[in-house]
Amino acid sequence: MNFRAIWAIYTFEMSRFFRTLLQSFVSPVISTSLYFVVFGAAIGSRIDQVEGVSYGAFIVPGLIMLSVMTQAISNASFGIYFPKFIGTIYELLSAPINFLEVVLGYVGAAATKALFIGIVILGTSALFVDLTIQHPVAMLLFMVLTCISFALFGFIIGIWARNFEQLQLVPLLIVTPLVFLGGSFYSISMLPPVWQTVTLFNPVVYLISGFRWSFYGLADVPIGLSLLAIAGFTALCLGIIWWIFRTGWRIRS
Amino acid sequence: MTQMAPIVRIKGLEKAYDTGFQALKGVDLDIEEGELLALLGPNGAGKTTLISAVCSLTIPTGGTVTVGGHDVVRDYRAARDLIGLVPQEINLEPFEKVMNTVRFSRGLFGKRRDDAYLERILRQLSLWDKRDAKIMELSGGMKRRVLIAKALSHEPRVLFLDEPTAGVDVELRKEMWDTVRMLKADGVTIILTTHYIEEAEAMADRVGVINKGEMLLVEAKSRLMERMGQKHLTIELHEPIQTIPDSLSDFDLTLLEDGRALVFAYDTRQERTGITKLLTELQAAGIVLRDLQTTQSSLEDIFVGLVQEDAA
Ligand SMILES: Nc1ncnc2c1ncn2[C@@H]1O[C@H](COP(=O)(O)OP(=O)(O)O)[C@@H](O)[C@H]1O
Ligand SMILES: [Mg+2]
Repeated sequence: MNFRAIWAIYTFEMSRFFRTLLQSFVSPVISTSLYFVVFGAAIGSRIDQVEGVSYGAFIVPGLIMLSVMTQAISNASFGIYFPKFIGTIYELLSAPINFLEVVLGYVGAAATKALFIGIVILGTSALFVDLTIQHPVAMLLFMVLTCISFALFGFIIGIWARNFEQLQLVPLLIVTPLVFLGGSFYSISMLPPVWQTVTLFNPVVYLISGFRWSFYGLADVPIGLSLLAIAGFTALCLGIIWWIFRTGWRIRS
Repeated sequence: MTQMAPIVRIKGLEKAYDTGFQALKGVDLDIEEGELLALLGPNGAGKTTLISAVCSLTIPTGGTVTVGGHDVVRDYRAARDLIGLVPQEINLEPFEKVMNTVRFSRGLFGKRRDDAYLERILRQLSLWDKRDAKIMELSGGMKRRVLIAKALSHEPRVLFLDEPTAGVDVELRKEMWDTVRMLKADGVTIILTTHYIEEAEAMADRVGVINKGEMLLVEAKSRLMERMGQKHLTIELHEPIQTIPDSLSDFDLTLLEDGRALVFAYDTRQERTGITKLLTELQAAGIVLRDLQTTQSSLEDIFVGLVQEDAA
């Protein structure tokens, strides 16, 4: 293992993040506050409780997941797309490193940033609603796993993308809808039966359900299934990345 | 040990791009440790492709490459450890600072952080004053030197320089030549591509001529010029003549337009150049000479000759 290379990539990526630390910190705080104003106050005043939890508190796990997923994807996809775009990728290709080391560096940094933002949102939420976290270890585990698996997914998008439009396309057209329809802001049980079934094909449902369970003990699907879903997604992404580096797809001509 | 194994050994290297275009057609090349080899060829000859295949930027479709005895595909870590690459394009992160980006390169190659060594490189490349400057604040020549500093950051034994002076003005080119000579003096093996013959002529120990994906020849520069070298003897005449006398028809002579000079082309390879005989015949024909002057053909002439032969 070339640990120095992993560390070099990781710190290089993180330094970009630290240069814009204030921005990285302020924007999730503001957007979280807005969500609470819009969803919590406007809608929450009509719904007041979901399965015994106040609506404001109920949406916190979904809110965190939404940001963590989109941040992990955009950080990782941009992280690897940028060297491709400006040509500095030649250095990664000619260095004595393998795919796992490149991935650990880029995905590790992207996941760290997403985790940081997830924690900032959690902290901001605590200012607006009373939070209980029944299973703190599971909560952290879910959040970390989500950061990693979506950063892996973002890494694939970054390699796949040939231009900036494509870079935005997948998050915009696929991920955001899946997250919004994945029970971030409602319980699956609130949907008509047909939609409940359809929803079960949305992988994000399993993540949000598991994450919410770690807060309130409430789950739309069994917790084991949630863990399986995220493990499976991680494995799938790793497999695809391994294949990408073996064949040189879109990185080595 | 009398004969060292070549530091880079390229055997039957082929590259067909996805488009089906055959950019390398079975290239063989051995590079000795410590030498400066110039790969000379016109645009599109396959120079960058050749370097890319050695440096793992592209996947060859045939043949093998070893560096320091390590296969660049099977034993990639050991092979890449020895290689530094300065790409043709100036690929740098504009917002990064010079020192950071060089330090990053060293880390990427798994080397322990060594700022004293990096300082030495930056000083050598006249970049030390700019260590905290952002890349985008640097001039073109400085950016190229940052690329060199990055390539040297992990102490490679072989340095590939892909067209280091393409599109650079004369002054900067001379500056780059000095830099390259200095690196060579440090004992680094250098492979430099260029389409300027002047550059190969000024710098190289050996020259490889590549065209359309084929290595036409690889020779010591001096031998190449000797072997291929034609010399020209220009004979200035006292009185202009209209035609070359029939008695001189055995000689390869050209009469210059104003009739005031004859140019005799001869081959330095031949035992007898025929100069003495020519001069005797000239005298016999009653032609009076004013002055004599010889010129050796440059690599350019040699190169043009080779590429034309290749096309024929
Ligand atoms: N990625 C690519 N796909 C298809 N053809 C390519 C690619 N890169 C280079 N070529 C072609 O291969 C040939 C050699 O290119 P290159 O190695 O860049 O030449 P040089 O560096 O000698 O100018 C050119 O005809 C070029 O068009
Ligand atoms: Mg080139």
